[in-house]
Amino acid sequence: MKSNALTINDLSFSYGGKKALDQVSFSVETGSCTLLLGPNGAGKSTLFSLITRLYDTRDGRIELCGYEIKQDTRKALAKLGVVFQQTTLDLDLTVLQNLRYHTALHGLSRKVATQRIQQELERLDMYERRFEKIRQLNGGHRRRVEIARALLHQPSLLLLDEPTVGLDVPSRQSIVDYVHRLASEENIAVLWASHLIDEIYPEDRLIVLHKGKIKAKGAIDEVLTFTETATIKDAFFTLTQGEQA
Amino acid sequence: MRIIHYWRAMWGIVWRECWRFVTQRERFISALVRPLVWLFIFAAGFRSALGLAITPPYETYILYEVYITPGLIGMIQLFNGMQSSLSMVYDREMGSMRILLVCPLPRWFLLLSKLLAGTAVSILQVYVFLAIARLYDIEASWQGYLSVLPALILSGLMLGALGLLLSSFIKQLENFAGVMNFVIFPMFFMSTALYPLWKLKESSALLHDLAHYNPFSQAVELTRFALYGQFNQYAFIYTFLAFFIFMTMAIIGYNPSKGMMIRKGGS
Repeated sequence: MKSNALTINDLSFSYGGKKALDQVSFSVETGSCTLLLGPNGAGKSTLFSLITRLYDTRDGRIELCGYEIKQDTRKALAKLGVVFQQTTLDLDLTVLQNLRYHTALHGLSRKVATQRIQQELERLDMYERRFEKIRQLNGGHRRRVEIARALLHQPSLLLLDEPTVGLDVPSRQSIVDYVHRLASEENIAVLWASHLIDEIYPEDRLIVLHKGKIKAKGAIDEVLTFTETATIKDAFFTLTQGEQA
Repeated sequence: MRIIHYWRAMWGIVWRECWRFVTQRERFISALVRPLVWLFIFAAGFRSALGLAITPPYETYILYEVYITPGLIGMIQLFNGMQSSLSMVYDREMGSMRILLVCPLPRWFLLLSKLLAGTAVSILQVYVFLAIARLYDIEASWQGYLSVLPALILSGLMLGALGLLLSSFIKQLENFAGVMNFVIFPMFFMSTALYPLWKLKESSALLHDLAHYNPFSQAVELTRFALYGQFNQYAFIYTFLAFFIFMTMAIIGYNPSKGMMIRKGGS
């Protein structure tokens, strides 16, 4: 039986009087890829800010690989790799310098860091470009560097907040394929926020978030049965009452 | 958590900041031009207008340029502290701050490292400024250049912590210009950077008091005395306390359950 890399129970969060998340509960298993679908403003980014502890959890509980995020913040964060929606690379530094900075923050020795950087960049076909400044890279390559960076400290859970926004089709496809391989071959748990239905693979699990509430969750056929629809697109349409993804 | 992890992270943060500074040539030059303009033009113009009595740490009559040199060192560190906080607001808006805050180290340590990095950059600027000033015959003893270093570290930390505190309260980059006007200029002009306290007292007792209690004045005095190999205990304690208070408030400001996140609207 697989263990949970992420467990969220009864999580609520408000901006002033406006509820952004309302009693959200779900879990993400190791070695699985879970797609978090929701239209703009559904609460996806708020949820990610809570999991990464950028916002404080007041109502509810978040557990990362057995560590409660509020009590064991550092142990929990050590298990987490994140790719944020906005690029978080330093444009004036090279690929290598950006990655070295990350390994320093995670306390890796120079030797280990060098090995991991080479390994991750080679897997993403970016090793040859390690001396280029981020500014010189296109959007797809910058995303690859961010994914490589998120994996350097060998996290158990990888969070991706709409990482393919603004990318062309081949770049998107290669990132989608790569992340799915990470889940199946490296046993990493992936939570992927998206509003693009074509990024879903048949074996993925789905969570549909709308206006801060979970409308459906489970394997694809479970969601289709629940919504009595034939396709994910129809299911999504039904659950979000006609709003565009 | 191993000590070596802390060391590597701190070194990584300091290295990144210094590297960015030396590779951004425009920033390097503009950081130097500002105090040099004050030294070569402003001070030269005011040399004859201002008469300075002999006050410690000086043992003889001095030129106005000599008097304002510690003040201009303070100016470098003040601007640098504010610029670091500007970059924090920028980093936060651009997202790179998130990478820092999501790493598995205590937030106070990350902020302190960021502060040390900014201080290191400001000290780099100060020594280049002092080297140029030396060519202009404004010189201290070689021991003075060494003994000023601890004072520069403390005053850099104090002014950086003030910047950090401000950055935790500033929601957007656009709001920063206002804060610069309301913080940098009053702090600089209402201090002992350009004129001694007794001169201010002649004009206004209130201004004298404000300048006396201005932490920037004490940082400047700490530097002034240290540059001549002397220790100003009052200035040291005052600057240290100011650093401690600003830093504590900045840490609270960056705490997800207490500070800026609440003001951003989350509850």
